[in-house]
Amino acid sequence: MKGRCAIRLSGSGGQGVVLISVILAEAAVLNGDKTVQSQSYGPEVRGGMCQAFTIISDEDIWFSKPEKTDVLLALTQASLNKFCRDLSRDSVVIADSGLSIPGSCPASTVFSIPILETAAKVVGRAMTANVVAAAAINTLLHLFPDDIMRKAVRRHIPAGTEELDMKAYEEGVRIAGMAETGSVSRFLPETNCLCGH
Amino acid sequence: MSRSVLMQGNEACVEGALAAGMRFFAGYPITPSTEIAEACAVRLPQVGGVFIQMEDEIAGLAAVIGASVAGKKAMTATSGPGFSLKQENIGYASLAEIPCVIVDVQRCGPSTGMPTSPAQGDLMQARWGTHGDHPVIAVSPSGVQEVYSLAIRCFNLSEKYRTPVIFLMDEIVGHMREGIVIPDPDSYEVINRPLSGVSGINKTCFHVDPGEWVPRMAPFGDGERYNITGLIHDESGFPTNDHDTARKLMERLFQKISCNYDDIVQVENDMMEDAEIAVVCFGGTARAAKEAIREARSHGIRAGMFRPVTVWPFPEKELRGWIPQLKKIIMAEHNAGQMLREVQRVTEGRLPISFIGKIDGTLIRPDEILQKINEANNEKMQ
Repeated sequence: MKGRCAIRLSGSGGQGVVLISVILAEAAVLNGDKTVQSQSYGPEVRGGMCQAFTIISDEDIWFSKPEKTDVLLALTQASLNKFCRDLSRDSVVIADSGLSIPGSCPASTVFSIPILETAAKVVGRAMTANVVAAAAINTLLHLFPDDIMRKAVRRHIPAGTEELDMKAYEEGVRIAGMAETGSVSRFLPETNCLCGH
Repeated sequence: MSRSVLMQGNEACVEGALAAGMRFFAGYPITPSTEIAEACAVRLPQVGGVFIQMEDEIAGLAAVIGASVAGKKAMTATSGPGFSLKQENIGYASLAEIPCVIVDVQRCGPSTGMPTSPAQGDLMQARWGTHGDHPVIAVSPSGVQEVYSLAIRCFNLSEKYRTPVIFLMDEIVGHMREGIVIPDPDSYEVINRPLSGVSGINKTCFHVDPGEWVPRMAPFGDGERYNITGLIHDESGFPTNDHDTARKLMERLFQKISCNYDDIVQVENDMMEDAEIAVVCFGGTARAAKEAIREARSHGIRAGMFRPVTVWPFPEKELRGWIPQLKKIIMAEHNAGQMLREVQRVTEGRLPISFIGKIDGTLIRPDEILQKINEANNEKMQ
């Protein structure tokens, strides 16, 4: 990819946000990009606020926690409220549609898409929300070719869940496609390629 | 053929150790080092090695020492609370001259502190944690690629000098993932301990041949019979209170490290050639420093970074060499000033030093270092 894209993934411990960041970093390596992935969480196994970062660039990346977030994924209201404060007008928010976007959120591009509901009701397993989200992020941001992203997902899902997780992947692509046509997004994106400029 | 893969720092530690020939791991998993034990449990059986989860951290290093005496390259891994427990056996390995690698993925402390938060508060414990006078080798990586190569180096130094080597990682590097290139095995050196080749009873098992720094070693179980002890010992390996023997042994233990300083000490000089302001840091802190000095350079400020890769022995010769051209040093570390003391000792008051130390579990950010660089640059102008 050209330029640099810093993605912050946030939610609650157990939702798999760290794995989303690992999948995106894996896809970056497979795509020949430079990447640094890191995470920050408390001692709780479940329920605590959790955030992870993936930075993708065509240049060396040093500091692992981006000072400027280009893209925020939020799967809980608490994480959305907390982290949207650090955004700028150029930032992109991808939030679960169950969340209300704070009026103070400075990002001009907000995708509100049904990640958790799609995982639980369409795919049939709430735990696949992270794969739904990973596919949606990639589709909305045009980060990596679809085959590379699928390969990255397959490398990091538990054995025996391939069919389920690929269904989750398809659903993530589908709900992102609906967002791009404006049916579920709050705003239309101003450009197609949201990172790398 | 080299290949690029996404790897976590802790995983790279295991892969580097395996590349160096590690075939035994014993430990007691603890955040943020747990992935090292997990990866060893998967990978060692695949290469004919052995993984044991012991009852505690003390036993973890005890088993590693035993495996090393039996001829295997062995490693344990822990974090602060476990590193405290390992100190007694580090001393034993130091005096008995048992090669082994102890990984400490530092976290916020003291005590159980904040298990998932980064810190670098074990720097002095790595140097002085075990009692009594003793030399130490400790090495600290700043990225995943370097974790791999330095894990190999830790084993090489340990085997060559028959000494425990501390691989002083931190949560920043241990839990970070990066794309790294797995080097071709022909591209790096793997050093094995000097072997004795004696059969039967060896009454001079701690004799050092002329021109060598350490006694040759035989794996227990291969036919050579000899004694190993944590007491001061003579050439036979049995305890002695003879002061002349004690002095000679202790002097050799120190000299095998100090006389090979140039072989052991490594530093990273980043943009130091014409630097007037040097950020000194180690481990994962270097990542913020690199970003800060690049930003400073883009504004025409001559800033550089000096990073001890070998943190013990402290690279005083290399740091001293930069003093004449520098106007100021900025020491940045995730503790309350442990390496700062070393920098003050080496610079002997010849340079002003400003300090950034974090002990709250958050990371030192590039903008915080940049602010100190800007302040230093403004002072220079006045």
